[in-house]
Amino acid sequence: MSIEQQKKEDPGLINKILHKTPTGITGLDEITGGGLPSGRPTLICGAAGSGKTLFSMEFIVRGALEFNEPGVFMAFEEKSEELTVNVASLGFDLDKLQKDKLVKLDHVHIERSEIEETGEYDLDGLFIRLGYAIDSIGAKRVVLDTIENLFSGLSNQLILRAELRRLFQWLKEKGVTAIITGEKGEGALTRQGLEEYVSDCVILLDHRVCNQISTRLLRIVKYRGSVHGTNEYPFLIDEEGISVLPVTALKLENNVSAERISSGIPSLDKMLEGKGFYRGSSILVSGTAGTGKTSIAAYFAHATCLRKERCVYFAFEESPPQIIRNMQSIGINLQEHIDDGLLQFHASRPTLNGLEMHLVSIHKVVNKFRPRTIILDPITNLITVGSVSEVKAMLIRLIDFLQTQQITVMFTALTLNNIVNEQTDEGVSSLVDAWLRVRDIEFNGERNRGMYVMKSRGMKHSNQVREFVISDEGLNLVSVYLGPEGVLTGSAREAQQLQEETGLILRTHAVSRKDLEIERKRKVLEAKIASLHEEFESLQDELNKSYVEEELKKEIIEKNREKLTKIRHHENNTATDNSSSE
Amino acid sequence: MEVKEEIWELRLYVAGQTTKSVTALQNLKKYCEEHLKDKYKIEVIDLLVHPQLAEGDQILAIPTLVKKVPEPIRKIIGDLSNEEKVLVGLNIRPSTK
Repeated sequence: MSIEQQKKEDPGLINKILHKTPTGITGLDEITGGGLPSGRPTLICGAAGSGKTLFSMEFIVRGALEFNEPGVFMAFEEKSEELTVNVASLGFDLDKLQKDKLVKLDHVHIERSEIEETGEYDLDGLFIRLGYAIDSIGAKRVVLDTIENLFSGLSNQLILRAELRRLFQWLKEKGVTAIITGEKGEGALTRQGLEEYVSDCVILLDHRVCNQISTRLLRIVKYRGSVHGTNEYPFLIDEEGISVLPVTALKLENNVSAERISSGIPSLDKMLEGKGFYRGSSILVSGTAGTGKTSIAAYFAHATCLRKERCVYFAFEESPPQIIRNMQSIGINLQEHIDDGLLQFHASRPTLNGLEMHLVSIHKVVNKFRPRTIILDPITNLITVGSVSEVKAMLIRLIDFLQTQQITVMFTALTLNNIVNEQTDEGVSSLVDAWLRVRDIEFNGERNRGMYVMKSRGMKHSNQVREFVISDEGLNLVSVYLGPEGVLTGSAREAQQLQEETGLILRTHAVSRKDLEIERKRKVLEAKIASLHEEFESLQDELNKSYVEEELKKEIIEKNREKLTKIRHHENNTATDNSSSE
Repeated sequence: MEVKEEIWELRLYVAGQTTKSVTALQNLKKYCEEHLKDKYKIEVIDLLVHPQLAEGDQILAIPTLVKKVPEPIRKIIGDLSNEEKVLVGLNIRPSTK
């Protein structure tokens, strides 16, 4: 940053800042901040088989192909034809490049038995050869591989050393960017102390075997006049040449996405605010053996592919056909997605290469296939090839890399009752964004799976333990039964549910019987009420009757009396009336 | 050794007229006159003039004397100041003086 600022402030300084020549080797230019120092010699040292020749060859070929800088490769060890054949496996066609005047190979053959030394000499012949080669194609890059062979061919060390010093000086004057390779010596970077002459940039290549697993490492020992990464960086040699892997990005400023993606299991999504995971997050699924981690991972892959996004499945335990077959039993067909080109399997035994190599190969696959989701199943197997801290370091770098690419990653991890693995759990868990745990719940003579969300950054996830059920129809999460007897799962849960159902039926039955009884009682009572009513009415009738009789009697009596009085009256004065009226 | 029928074809690679080159040529001529009279050819190649020739004979050091014929090919580097070594290198037994 400060350099950038200075550049703006003082345009004159730009010319003073060290110019760099990009190597074109994947990753190396990032570590060196732009490449090797331009116009200066760089020493690449390392033991036999550490990749020096290949490294320098790639520098030349990439320079010619990508940066339009022709190069001279002066080989002191291998013949031109051998070199051509050796690098053809990397897809470099040296014959064609030589024909196009982009690369010149020059094999310097030194045979001690043919050479007799007498008196003073110098290495002008070499200078002239090199100078001629450089001028004939206008080379900007030069490789001397391995110049130390001069020491085995010529015995006058004094002359050699003086001449080497002159050679490097001469190379600088020529303005070519040079790589000089040197065999690693005892206690020194190179056997002949070449680092003494080449002091601008020294890169050390190492090939380390640890626990029978080899890792290639690269370290910049020195880079005068430039900032550079100081770590040991693993690198990989494969059919595309060398790729160096920066150990960690220096910054923690990845873009984050608020987009949510489904886990493929609706009931699990429900535990995660109903939406699932964040895109670009890292998810850890851990659990003991046989708890269905792979099934969860496969569902996630399935869901990814259903969204028409690409997914890569790195399997470290099972072979792809095995996974596909097994997943068919729970109702997902992964083969379809493979045929559609959405899913890729990469299966390898963890012991195939070192951790770093795994990382590099993951990088390569990701860069080539550009998936949105990757799955590593399981990461715990990687411990067989590295220590816990190494695995953690690798995963940090992996997560880091994936986050910059907005790729969602799901790891599965096996938990054993083993201290090392518990550490992994925790070691890794601090790195991941979401952590699901699947665990056994052993109860009532059977084993069931319980699942809970240990953590999920940035969302209000459920705190409930769910029973995780794997059936022919797929995966599902069922709420566990929380009863007076505690948490119940599996058949105990089902038994409890049945019991509850029976209870319910019994209760409803009981209720309805009581209802009936009440009804009956009501009817009885109603009947009683009705009869009483009848009784009352008859009584009333009775009463009414006597009342009416009384009335009638009274009326009749009244009438009779009237009659009597009338009769008596008539008797007195109108007896004729009486007889006439009759 | 049947030396009479053979002609020594010698090439001396130099780079310009440096002291070493001049000394080497003088020494070579001297030895040849002494031991190989009329049986030798000396070809002096100046690499400054013909740099492309350096690759063919695998020249590194200057001056280099290359004996092409008779076989085997031998190279002698340096200013040839050590007569014995040169003669051994050229496969010449010192003739009776």
